[in-house]
Amino acid sequence: MDQMTELDPTPAANREAYAGGAAAKIGRWQVAEATAPVTQDIWPVLDYSRVPYRLYHDRTVYELEQKRVFGGPTWSMIGLAAEVPKIGDFRASYIGETPIVFNRDTDGSIKSFVNRCAHRGAKVRRELSGNANSHICIYHQWCFGPDGRLTGVPFRRGVEGQGGYNKDFNLADHGLQKVRIASIYGVLFGSLSDDAEPFEIYLGEELVGFLKRIFERPIRILGYHRQRVRGNWKEYAVNPRDNYHASLLHAFFSTFGLERASQVGGVTMDMRHRHCVTWGRTEDEAAQERAREAYARVSDHGLTLAEPSLVAFHPDSFDDLSVAIVSIFPNCIFQQIGNSVATRQIRPRGPDEFEIFQTVLGYADDSAEMTRHRLRQTNLIGPAGLVSMEDGEAVELAHRASKSTQQAAEVVELGGGGPISDRDYRVNDVSVRGFWSYYAEMLGIEPAGAVR
Amino acid sequence: MTTDLLDAYRLLAEYGLLADAGKYDEWLGLFDERCSYYVIPRENHELGLPAALIFCDTRAMLEDRIQALRVASKYNIHTDRHIIGMPRVATTGCDSLTVEAPFSVFQTEQEGDTRLFATGLYRDRIERRKGTLKITEKMVLLDTFAVPSLLATPL
Repeated sequence: MDQMTELDPTPAANREAYAGGAAAKIGRWQVAEATAPVTQDIWPVLDYSRVPYRLYHDRTVYELEQKRVFGGPTWSMIGLAAEVPKIGDFRASYIGETPIVFNRDTDGSIKSFVNRCAHRGAKVRRELSGNANSHICIYHQWCFGPDGRLTGVPFRRGVEGQGGYNKDFNLADHGLQKVRIASIYGVLFGSLSDDAEPFEIYLGEELVGFLKRIFERPIRILGYHRQRVRGNWKEYAVNPRDNYHASLLHAFFSTFGLERASQVGGVTMDMRHRHCVTWGRTEDEAAQERAREAYARVSDHGLTLAEPSLVAFHPDSFDDLSVAIVSIFPNCIFQQIGNSVATRQIRPRGPDEFEIFQTVLGYADDSAEMTRHRLRQTNLIGPAGLVSMEDGEAVELAHRASKSTQQAAEVVELGGGGPISDRDYRVNDVSVRGFWSYYAEMLGIEPAGAVR
Repeated sequence: MTTDLLDAYRLLAEYGLLADAGKYDEWLGLFDERCSYYVIPRENHELGLPAALIFCDTRAMLEDRIQALRVASKYNIHTDRHIIGMPRVATTGCDSLTVEAPFSVFQTEQEGDTRLFATGLYRDRIERRKGTLKITEKMVLLDTFAVPSLLATPL
């Protein structure tokens, strides 16, 4: 608390209440009216330990996000190079709500463009994936190359000298909007903005290391999971950053000893605290026994599995991390839970719905037996996942109930408020505050004097 | 042939009613001692990709699923209603059938609002054991592969 009182809270109306001191009182703070413009005054405190519910419901906020977060100087994961191995292979994806396509050009490079015809705004490539050397809009058959350049339009010179486009109509002016692409170990990121930092700087050294850990070995795509949740995309973006819930909400973990908050682990962030990795190590027997005692009051089912191989862990990597969840701002998650490896894209669909698009992975050199093991461990993840299904319900509960109190704020201070920093213990949600700090900056609502 | 069709349809009717009633022990009783159960997104099936939403290649794994559902999983409070269409039955051996049947599952939440939760196709292998049909393999080919909210109770 001492550390926090040195901060200069905003807006002024809250300063007085803040000086009052009690945390409970802070919890009841009212932030600006839901109809007021979205400004830095929306934040009740400067360490993001209070987050106004309005940010999860307001359409104005949502539209600002599409422009300044997804359309701004950020990088969103769009897919994997392994999805387009051959020249002409294409795949549809999204950056925020903007539909895009990435494909392999004739020179072997991967190109990406916004999937919206420069003519009437129709979706050009209708299929989710396939192989083609050009992309033709069905509406008026405008034809685009793999790099998005307009290569031809029908009746350009009219019919029998009549109609058609004027002589000064230049195909080069009507290409598809290009998407910047960055690739790291075959993971593809896209940006709609020319101002995004170079990708490796955006990620930071620590995060590059964690991606290398998962993707240095050639991968094999095992399939896709999709889940539609009646909530706001940010409610889910902060979920993997929140270590608090993992062992409490997902009782399967704690019951079967796969992960516990008492496990050796922690959170590592980039310099700007916008990305994070929450990680946990495999435990020895003594540590597991201590954990069982710690958890006896929370959950004591003594459940045993008829098929224990479901939770067996054969390390894929040089280290012994049994859980590593990498979150990259704004909407991308890489997860390793035991031997289940996957990428997750959060695809917003308006303020009140989003899709979790998950790509399930194995490695190209996996034996048939290992592939079967990974397919079995897929039971842990996704919409029907034994350690993930609860997130859908928790987010929907939060979204439904917080709608009617948008002027109030949620509490984020496990591991203490104040400065945002890495932790070497599990019981914290400090990287949630990191997310909000960078979000505020991107949205242009970062209050003066706020922590970063 | 007519008997096979009728018996298969009866089995499917039991399957849906027991699942909807939450009588999971009896529901498990419709499966053979050696059995498998998969829920596969149509998207993956069409791309030839093996990942499932639920992948139980042994009876033990299916039993674990049911135990987790009872003890560990938290999900939206709801009731399910299976609507299972007329099956197409092929006799593949003296005691073996393959069955295909379209299905849909409607979910009704606590305040009485119902939504279509899932539709798709069952592809089952069934064996006659001492006169009783048992499921040896059930593949739920899920058309509604953008799963609404979450998938906890069995399809």
